[in-house]
Amino acid sequence: MIEFRNVTKRYGSNIILQDLSFTIKTGEFVVLIGPSGCGKTTTLRTINRLIEPKTGTVFIDGKDVTKQNAVELRRQIGYVIQQIGLFPNMTVSQNISVVPKLLGYSKQECDTIVRDLLALVDMPYEENAQKYPSELSGGQQQRIGVLRALAASPPIVLMDEPFGALDPVTRDSLQEEVKRIQKKLKKTIVFVTHDMDEALRLADTIIFMDKGKILQMASPEEMLQHPASAVIKSFMGKHMDNDVPAAPLLAEDFMKKKVYKVYKSTKTLESIEMMSKRDINSLVVIDDDETYLGTVSIEDIKARGKAGRSIAELINTDIMTVGRKDDAKEALDKLLSSSSNYVVVLNDKRTVAGIITRTSTAKAMGEALWGDLSA
Amino acid sequence: MNELMHAIAEHLSIVAVAMVFATIIGIALGVLSYWKRKLGSFIISLAEIIQTIPSLALLALLMIIFGLGDLTMGVALVLYALLPIIRNTYTSLTQLPPYIIDAARGMGMSRAQRLVKVEIPLSIPMIFGGIKVALVNSLSIAVMGVLIGSGGLGYIIYRGIQQRNMERILLGAIPVVVIALIFDWGMGKAEKRLQKHTR
Amino acid sequence: MRLITFFSKNSEAMIASLGQHIALVLISVGLGMVIAIPLGILLTRHKKAAPTVLALAGTVQTIPGLVMLGFALIFMGIGTLPALAVLTIYSILPILRNTYTGITEVLPSYKDAAKGIGMTKSQVLFKVELPLALPTIVSGIRISAVYIVSWATLAGMIGAGGLGDWIWTGLATYNTDYILAGAIPSAILAFAFSALIGFLQKLITPRALRRNA
Repeated sequence: MIEFRNVTKRYGSNIILQDLSFTIKTGEFVVLIGPSGCGKTTTLRTINRLIEPKTGTVFIDGKDVTKQNAVELRRQIGYVIQQIGLFPNMTVSQNISVVPKLLGYSKQECDTIVRDLLALVDMPYEENAQKYPSELSGGQQQRIGVLRALAASPPIVLMDEPFGALDPVTRDSLQEEVKRIQKKLKKTIVFVTHDMDEALRLADTIIFMDKGKILQMASPEEMLQHPASAVIKSFMGKHMDNDVPAAPLLAEDFMKKKVYKVYKSTKTLESIEMMSKRDINSLVVIDDDETYLGTVSIEDIKARGKAGRSIAELINTDIMTVGRKDDAKEALDKLLSSSSNYVVVLNDKRTVAGIITRTSTAKAMGEALWGDLSA
Repeated sequence: MNELMHAIAEHLSIVAVAMVFATIIGIALGVLSYWKRKLGSFIISLAEIIQTIPSLALLALLMIIFGLGDLTMGVALVLYALLPIIRNTYTSLTQLPPYIIDAARGMGMSRAQRLVKVEIPLSIPMIFGGIKVALVNSLSIAVMGVLIGSGGLGYIIYRGIQQRNMERILLGAIPVVVIALIFDWGMGKAEKRLQKHTR
Repeated sequence: MRLITFFSKNSEAMIASLGQHIALVLISVGLGMVIAIPLGILLTRHKKAAPTVLALAGTVQTIPGLVMLGFALIFMGIGTLPALAVLTIYSILPILRNTYTGITEVLPSYKDAAKGIGMTKSQVLFKVELPLALPTIVSGIRISAVYIVSWATLAGMIGAGGLGDWIWTGLATYNTDYILAGAIPSAILAFAFSALIGFLQKLITPRALRRNA
């Protein structure tokens, strides 16, 4: 259990922490988040006395931290930093064993700890224990960094943006591992990040700070639904949209407006010419009043068409249609279920608005996600 | 021939003894400078001043204080060896990435433990480089031992000069140069190997 | 004190020796510059040869002063000239090395920019490379000067004149006063050169480089 009571910290005239008070329950995964300079890292480092508060007290399990020897205190608290900070002159095994050795564990005990911990993160002992940090990847190094913090079984682990320097894929898997380890070993974790995704994913409780004060302390769900201030809201950003149902997509959002149409009275030869000029193999056929009749394909014309005659008798009505204001999903279902390459989109008056092809669908989705693709 | 071997042995032993003292004192002063920066810049300035003093002058001055003999040469060698070792120790320690120090502190190492387990091990290549420079210099300075009653190859060289005997001079000089080059090359290689596992 | 009496009695002679000493340093370092700086520039144009040449010069540097003076004595006899020869040889390495590194460490982007605006090779050298390398080169000259003050005291052994004479005389006759008369001024001289050239160095460091340093 960690308690802050009226803690302030300042550097000269800069106030870093303002009368900070909060409690972290044992076994909780707490994330400190906020804009740059809000004091989250300072708060973290006050717990293990890397920073001493100006006023106020920090209690761990009821005991004032300043009343304990700082060096001994730190050996009871795990500490993971963003730059990883594995000692280059020590092997993986030696790095992990640093705190146990400081506490006087025997060589045997240290070895067991190293084996158990490496197993915890699926890094085989034989391969990895004698390697030096420079021989490991960033993700592996940070895993070892985390193990090193856990080696002496401290009840509390402090993590200062530990995954900030890693690529998204590694970050993702490490987040999962940390969450899993925390649940399994029942540690109290205080985790600093500026990444809202990370906070929402990992935290039992999020403490949002700004300019040295706590703006809100709540569960992820609570904070998502009821952000206490504009700052928090803007941090949430795209996460908020996920809970608001997006405007439904319509067929017309997916269609291609440029459609090649012919009147039913058009002659076969003309139609073939048109198709070959445009390098397409079917045309939409409309009536004199522009309403949709069907389609005609080049195969049909070749197979059954007669020169000099109109295409009216060759009209095919197999192609499915949708209204332009119909749900896009319906249109896509029709597109995918039919054996044809497109679905015709009709206006209210049954005139042709456009067609939905697989390509137009892909283009529309791309633009919805990433903006104008033609740039 | 015997005389040569004897002279080489004398020469090397006085340099070796001086280097041992200089290394211990130099690293200690380097660490002190690192722990107390203000004192540190004073210490380094002092060492720089000593370096600037012409060697013959320093040797002669020390002779006035300590008299003739190996002690005087030893003290002179230690004094001249200090700057490279102190400076390299200090520079290496102050250039350690701050986050490594932070990690060591955060994990609960005391200042001394940090020094012994992390800071010095990571500084070894550079300290070693300083020792190399000091050593090679010392081999050359020790030749002047002949002037103040200290042993070494200086005698052979000096006798050669007095007798205008080129061969004699070379007999004394070549071992000095060769040994200096060997140490320079060998320690240079060792320095490179020591750099593994320091970053 | 007895020492002060000694100094005042012999002040004329001491000042004369000081003057000789300064002359020795100025001439040999000056000659060293004349040889080492062009050579250094040449090396930057033939980088493959550089390690070898620098190593060679470095080797010469490890030859103890006594030995070189001995050679000079045998081949050239006693006096100022042999001493100057040896001192000049010794003054070369620091200047050579610093000229070479000073120029090679000039950021390529500066040289590129110069070439880009149409400077000829020698213009690039004189207007860009040398000015930017100047602080390093001057640093080499400073190191060299301090070394030479030291070696010039040794040169007293072959009658070169200068403050070394006093030290040698003092050593030979176990006369402390003579030793101090040579040792103290020579030490002060070394500091003076170091400080003076150091000051010069600060003056000529282009402000842009100074900020980066």
